[in-house]
Amino acid sequence: MRKQYETVIGLEVHIELATKTKIFCGCPTEFGGEPNTHTCPVCTGMPGALPVLNRKVVEYALKAGLAMNCQIHRFCKFDRKNYFYPDNPQNYQISQLYLPICYDGTVEIETSGGRKQVRIHEMHMEEDAGKLIHDPWTDSSLVDYNRSGVPLIEIVSEPDMRNAQEVMAYLEQLRIMAQYLGISDCRLEEGSMRADVNLSVREAGASQYGTRTEMKNLNSFKAIARAIEGETMRQIELLEEGKEVIQETRRWDDNKECSFPMRSKEDAKDYRYFPDPDLPPVVIDEAWIERLRAEQPELRGDKKQRFVREFGLSEYDADILTEFRNLADLFEETVKYGAQPKKAANWMTQDAMRLLKETGRRPEEITFSPDYLAALIQVEEEQKITHKGAKEVFEQIFDHDEEPLGYIEAHHLAAVADAGVLEQVIEEVIREYPDSVAQYRDGKEKVFGFFVGQVMRRMKGNADPSVTRELLREKLR
Amino acid sequence: METIRWDETMEYLEILSQISLTEEEKKQTAEELEKILDYMKKLEELDTEGIEPMSHVFPVQNVFREDVVENGDQREAMLQNAPEKKEGQYLVPKTV
Repeated sequence: MRKQYETVIGLEVHIELATKTKIFCGCPTEFGGEPNTHTCPVCTGMPGALPVLNRKVVEYALKAGLAMNCQIHRFCKFDRKNYFYPDNPQNYQISQLYLPICYDGTVEIETSGGRKQVRIHEMHMEEDAGKLIHDPWTDSSLVDYNRSGVPLIEIVSEPDMRNAQEVMAYLEQLRIMAQYLGISDCRLEEGSMRADVNLSVREAGASQYGTRTEMKNLNSFKAIARAIEGETMRQIELLEEGKEVIQETRRWDDNKECSFPMRSKEDAKDYRYFPDPDLPPVVIDEAWIERLRAEQPELRGDKKQRFVREFGLSEYDADILTEFRNLADLFEETVKYGAQPKKAANWMTQDAMRLLKETGRRPEEITFSPDYLAALIQVEEEQKITHKGAKEVFEQIFDHDEEPLGYIEAHHLAAVADAGVLEQVIEEVIREYPDSVAQYRDGKEKVFGFFVGQVMRRMKGNADPSVTRELLREKLR
Repeated sequence: METIRWDETMEYLEILSQISLTEEEKKQTAEELEKILDYMKKLEELDTEGIEPMSHVFPVQNVFREDVVENGDQREAMLQNAPEKKEGQYLVPKTV
């Protein structure tokens, strides 16, 4: 019988910080500029150029550290990690090895297996590298240093995850944390969030970890899940055949759905770290930490609980509403304008989510005036518009931040409760369907719905339903 | 103190520094490195118990810049340093 195995996974996650400028120079970090238009002597590694640390990078790193309940090195410094590769113009990456800014934290994840703490080993600040593109015409590589020097934090977890589901939950927690803190947009597909997976397998119940491999080149959630599965199988097969897992760095090929060892030279792990003499140490005092602590926004977990407690929402609604901070804020603002929380939540969790799917817009980019949604809820509450009409107006608010009352008027969406107008239409319907009228008067109650439908159709759905019913009963008597 | 196997060490240093040396140069460099290491051994005679490792000579800390864009497009000037370039980019030997 085949043995039972357990997968042990630790992650190294790089998150690109959303500062305006690079970590050590005043070049813009903006995405999508022409190649090398965001470069200077510092970020292209010119001899004699002096890097100066961007204060905001330290603040963002501290915010992330506080959110992950980390300890903070009050005295931290930068080190040079030496390696030769053309994406790295200095031939060293400025990073932190000996005294990283944060260490010993936790991130709570929740999966179908329950809640779990993933321990954070350390988190440090470093600079990103440039981008290499293969040029088929010259069979050479082209280098763009626009990304060189863009600030990153690297979050190194302990090997506390056991399957792909936990890894996804952990990455999702980091993404939501960064987005709530406003320190990164964390887009895996665009490279602003990157994960390297350290994975080993061991027989279930074993106390020692197996030999691990490190997998790079994972740029989507799906690729990460597939890589975890593929690498787990590869290692189990080796062990089953009585072979050994070699500790190495492997590159995941998502098209071939398997990993390949990276060349050993590329993998020379002798980085000869030493303190960067260009950058003086960073001393973080209590006052600085306390100021940032006071500025920390309410994070997702707390917000979710408060929504349930304060607004009486279901766990499910609160979960959807808080997945994106801006949507949570929009909901709460709408309630502040007087909307009933459950109604506001319904618009956000049902209609907004449906529209997001249909339009393919990014949830983070959604913005509209919350008083408009509150006004729409009020109008529907007063039965001045049908639900169908309200849905149309909501789409306008959601897509174009359209003022609802003006829109309702301009597009004749107001529910018609005016007895004069409705009576006229009802009489038309009665004249047109004498047979049905006879059936109704014979006691066939079912036909009543048909009459309501006919009136609604002629009113293009804008007839006030309760007034319509009342008048119909009267006229059909 | 273990003795250094210079053949292996020189080969490793060639890989790390990406410099190839002739046999003659290797021999000479190994001799020079050995002298430097012997010289540095003197430091081991010092009692450094309880002394914080020093990373910077000057007593300065917290030198920051504010997060304000200061640099415009300097591509042409920067690319003047490139031995080879193409379409606004640095052209380097094939690296994948």
